[in-house]
Amino acid sequence: MSKILVFTEFQNGKIKRSSQELLQFAATTGNTVAALVLGSTDGAQAAHHGATEVLFSADAGFNSYNPELFTVATAEAIQKSGATVVLASSSSTGKDLFPRVAAKIKAGVVSDGIEIKITGDDVKVKKPFYSGKCFATATFENTNVKIVLMRPNQLPVAAADVSKSATVTELTFTKPSLKTIIKDIVKGTSEKLDLTEANIIVSGGRGLKEAGNFKMLNDLADVLGATVGATRAVVDAGWVGHSMQVGQTGKTVAPSLYIAVGVSGAIQHLAGMSGSKVIVAINSDPNAPIFQKATYGIVGDAFEIVPALTAEFKKVLAH
Amino acid sequence: MKVFVCLKQVPDTETKIKILPDHSGIDTAGIKWVMNPYDEFAVEEAIKFKEKNPTAQVWAITAGPKARAVEVLRTALAMGADEAIVINAENMDAITTAEALAKVIQAEGGAHLVLAGKMAIDNNQSSVPQMVAEFLNIPHTSVVSKFEATPESFTVERDADGGTKEVVQLMSPALVAANKGLNLPRYASLPGIMKAKKKVIKEIEFSTLGIAATEQKVKYAGFELPAEKPAVKLLTGDATAQAAALVQALRNEAKVI
Ligand SMILES: Cc1cc2nc3c(=O)[nH]c(=O)nc-3n(C[C@H](O)[C@H](O)[C@H](O)COP(=O)(O)OP(=O)(O)OC[C@H]3O[C@@H](n4cnc5c(N)ncnc54)[C@H](O)[C@@H]3O)c2cc1C
Repeated sequence: MSKILVFTEFQNGKIKRSSQELLQFAATTGNTVAALVLGSTDGAQAAHHGATEVLFSADAGFNSYNPELFTVATAEAIQKSGATVVLASSSSTGKDLFPRVAAKIKAGVVSDGIEIKITGDDVKVKKPFYSGKCFATATFENTNVKIVLMRPNQLPVAAADVSKSATVTELTFTKPSLKTIIKDIVKGTSEKLDLTEANIIVSGGRGLKEAGNFKMLNDLADVLGATVGATRAVVDAGWVGHSMQVGQTGKTVAPSLYIAVGVSGAIQHLAGMSGSKVIVAINSDPNAPIFQKATYGIVGDAFEIVPALTAEFKKVLAH
Repeated sequence: MKVFVCLKQVPDTETKIKILPDHSGIDTAGIKWVMNPYDEFAVEEAIKFKEKNPTAQVWAITAGPKARAVEVLRTALAMGADEAIVINAENMDAITTAEALAKVIQAEGGAHLVLAGKMAIDNNQSSVPQMVAEFLNIPHTSVVSKFEATPESFTVERDADGGTKEVVQLMSPALVAANKGLNLPRYASLPGIMKAKKKVIKEIEFSTLGIAATEQKVKYAGFELPAEKPAVKLLTGDATAQAAALVQALRNEAKVI
């Protein structure tokens, strides 16, 4: 039996869904599951999702993400735990941190995993290339530690089992003298999930005509608990920020439901979202390429369809 | 004072990907190769830095198959880079690429600043910049959309998940990986293009860098296209009827709501 170390992330004191996915998945592989918790003493939540060992450090330095500090602590945790597989989420932190950790401990790392198979020590990961224009399967060689960063929402999550507990150990490590100083953190105004974690996305394109009309999409998104995305055309026009761009030079997303409104479906946009489970296209042009990727299509005027859809969802979801 | 810009050549974003019959990779025949879009921001920032710091020299560096990879260096030279180095190599994973880049940067006397794009749009790994920083033992910030330099340090803004911005100070030397929004990359000027054509590009064979084959950690196989989607189901009627039919389908058929 080998050991899997799961790097856990928290938001407002709660373990993120993406970390729950990884812990629960790790527990199904028959390996020992250890969790790394940086910035908190709370090992219980990780235990409730399947960890039987927890390594934690409540050092105040972990309250914000500092690549140097996190690299040293994570590398130390991997070595101390004896884990041969490390799982983390392909989040802003995971993607920044683990390549550096991999270089430090000379390990292999694969990011953006969408399917993973672990048999004993053997790890296979499927991931998109060209933002989803094709896929390939990664295997590891010449490495004692295999690091996989999984995209959120790819693995099932069951309810926490609060009867479970874990052995909790404090992680000790030698603090490096830091050449990175976090000066300030300006929280995003949105309370919504990031696009890469969202289960439902409502995306708008140039068909919305002007920036102000994104309000219509926000209203629909609010009813659905969705996150709003956009095409590059409207990001370049300055209607919305780049953090909202979906596509080959934006974010690659794979929610359960992607609603594209006034989006033509350019190859670069399709690359970033065609992995979505269900795609809805709302477009006035029946020949728009987006319809070739869509599950459901409405040929019509966004300004009539979207409000009607918002009203209909409100009605149905109220019950 | 040297500024290194790490570059990658990738297929143009318009490229329709075709898979090789043995699924070992993509068919590169007929592909138009361009500078990775995020790397353009890195080159622009390096040139802006040079404009403010006249003693700075911008070195463009890439690792890839020499015959075509030099083109990405010519583009950088045409934009205003001073020198260029190609590491002739094929089929390396992220860690060997980063090690090669770091070794060459060190051999050239090290860098005051290393710039790169936050991600290459071909393999979407977002790994090489952070790894280069680790091999060079310098601090880094990735996904940067704002950059300011003083002689001792750099202050940058990092775009984290959910629209959050982190303001980070890095003691120099440091590595910064660029996001869109950092600047507006300039077009190469005609004299720049002429000059770039004549410039001698330094060539280094990967095999001379002393990186063992066992340093390679990750292998990719089984390349495949996404599954074909069934034809779209169009919903008909007036706006209200279409909306009702869609909500019905999403709830009862697709079961995603
Ligand atoms: C290097 C490079 C990288 C790129 N990366 C990306 C990327 O990451 N993401 C991305 O999205 N794009 C990217 N693009 C841009 C891409 O090629 C397209 O230009 C862009 O996606 C088009 O955006 P759009 O669909 O909003 O606009 P358009 O193509 O103009 O489409 C607007 C659509 O709205 C429809 N419409 C108009 N009025 C209405 C109405 N009243 N109701 C309903 N529908 C209506 C129209 O029929 C049309 O289909 C990239 C381009 C390049 C060159």
